[in-house]
Amino acid sequence: MKAQKHIKWSHYINYVVIAVATIVLGALSIAGVLPASYQIILENIAIAITLAVSLSMVVGFLGELSLGHAGFMCVGAYLGGKTVYVLAPIIGEIPALICGFIVGGTLAAVCGIIIGLPALRLRGDYLAIVTLAFGEIVWSIFMNTSEKSFGGALGMPTVRIDRDYLFVIALVVVLLCLAVTQNLIRSKHGRAITSIRDNEIAARATGINVTKYKLAVFAISAFFAGVAGVLLASSNYTVQSQKFNYNYSIEILVMVVLGGMGNINGSIIAAALITFLDIKLQTVLTGELAVLQDLVYAAILIVIVIYNNAPGLKGFREKYNIKNILAKLRKKNFDPSKSRDDEAKWDRVPTKIQMDEVLSVDVQVKSPYDPDKAGKGDN
Amino acid sequence: MSKVVLKTENLGISFGGLKAVQNLDLEIKEKQLYGLVGPNGAGKTTVFNMITGVYKPTTGKFFLDGEDLTGKGQEAINHKGIARTFQNIRLFNNMTVIRNVLVGLHNQPEFKCSMVESIFRLPRHFKTEKAMRERAKEILRIVGLEDERNNLSCNLPYGKQRKLEIARALATSPKLLCLDEPAAGMNPNETADLMSIVRRIRDEYNVTILLIEHDMKFVSGLCDEITVLNFGTVLAQGSPEVALNDPEVIKAYIGG
Repeated sequence: MKAQKHIKWSHYINYVVIAVATIVLGALSIAGVLPASYQIILENIAIAITLAVSLSMVVGFLGELSLGHAGFMCVGAYLGGKTVYVLAPIIGEIPALICGFIVGGTLAAVCGIIIGLPALRLRGDYLAIVTLAFGEIVWSIFMNTSEKSFGGALGMPTVRIDRDYLFVIALVVVLLCLAVTQNLIRSKHGRAITSIRDNEIAARATGINVTKYKLAVFAISAFFAGVAGVLLASSNYTVQSQKFNYNYSIEILVMVVLGGMGNINGSIIAAALITFLDIKLQTVLTGELAVLQDLVYAAILIVIVIYNNAPGLKGFREKYNIKNILAKLRKKNFDPSKSRDDEAKWDRVPTKIQMDEVLSVDVQVKSPYDPDKAGKGDN
Repeated sequence: MSKVVLKTENLGISFGGLKAVQNLDLEIKEKQLYGLVGPNGAGKTTVFNMITGVYKPTTGKFFLDGEDLTGKGQEAINHKGIARTFQNIRLFNNMTVIRNVLVGLHNQPEFKCSMVESIFRLPRHFKTEKAMRERAKEILRIVGLEDERNNLSCNLPYGKQRKLEIARALATSPKLLCLDEPAAGMNPNETADLMSIVRRIRDEYNVTILLIEHDMKFVSGLCDEITVLNFGTVLAQGSPEVALNDPEVIKAYIGG
């Protein structure tokens, strides 16, 4: 096939890394070599990656700030978890889990569309507040259900899928999520989505169906959050609704921001590192030192953010940037105008958008007193 | 006589008590280069905003090829065949030049490819992407930006950004192309270059062009017919020589 000549392998490196990790770790697990603590860490990392990749679609590519990602996850965890709980004795654990993914993901996607509808009218901070409220409402609803239905404050009992292979299933879900997200972003539809982020007014004037794409992105993102919720439910014996409060949403957002907005691989690495750090701190700092867990966690995050963004460290960053070092090794500097053709990197999303850009309220679309158009318009 | 592409009837809009545009009657014929001029604050961009669906007119109607488009949304109007550029450039800054044009090609029927086909990477996805890139390069060639196609659009100089906006609008294959001050901020050489580009676009793509411009040399050198607006009302209509020498127009510009 002609097209295959131009496939850029760096686009697929993340699949390869995760697939190899899945196979190797899965084999180790079957051989009984992998310790249980690592299996649990891997489960949590896979869940975090699914969440971070799905949220980065909304925040990084659509450019909308969503603080309710844990809410979608909560819907998936409860409704999908319930499905697994009901079906597992009848059709077995694995088929029940797959049914749970479908039910939990789909219902979360429906919630995503419901929350996407106000997203068509609200921007920036206002949408962030609406999604934050949504997340809080969802867990409060499950908190107040009766003991027989969803367990209420006691939590809902779920089926704990065998940890020898749950992390393998979770990593396969990560691969699926990655494939859907990347294939969507690296297509004409992805271009339409990023065009809405860059300039919504121009996107409308160019005939992009903003409504359709906003809803689609919210739905797909919520679907995978729901699936991650089912995974979380299956990796525990109960689901506690308090877990899905805004702290959890912020934690997912931190992964996306640390990884770089609009940078999927960055989100994956950040999600894996933060989850690993979190669990390690919980196991290392025990006893009297347990109070230091959050403090150390926060301090490390602050150091990472300062290192990544402080203007004073710019020289240092550039000197020790992996990309620059690699370029030096290859003795060629990357220059877009000299590269072979656009074929190789037509689907690259070139820059990371800044947090203040995401938060800023762009010009309101239909206000007749729009200073940007009505005032300056005729100068 | 060739057929009328855009027709406005008594078109007007008021913001509160301010009548920004009133009683505007335009008749733009196929393949015409039509100019809209007037002093600052005359309501020219407001007219553009009405016929591209940003504002809903409070009075009157407008028709494209005889079809009433009054009150339709921006996307719907673009699909019907009116494309525009912006006075304060609105490119997709984080995208390369070619991607900007590819976004313009998004809705073309020949490049149809559903989201499912893209996600599952069915053959049509690859075919469409390839065809779209070819077409985008072709359009970039017309405005002379083919060599810049892999640069980020925000890194282009001002004049080229304006040309890229025209290319993006052209990619939606419009019947009517509305250019809002295309020559603003350009030097005389670039302006002359732009004039030839606009003519080529009209001839090769069979589009009708409506443009706002302050550069009278540009307007009189390019346009077949112009309308002069002042304070939202029409001062004069006709060929550039006649309209620009109208005593009312001279009074509006110079005072007196």
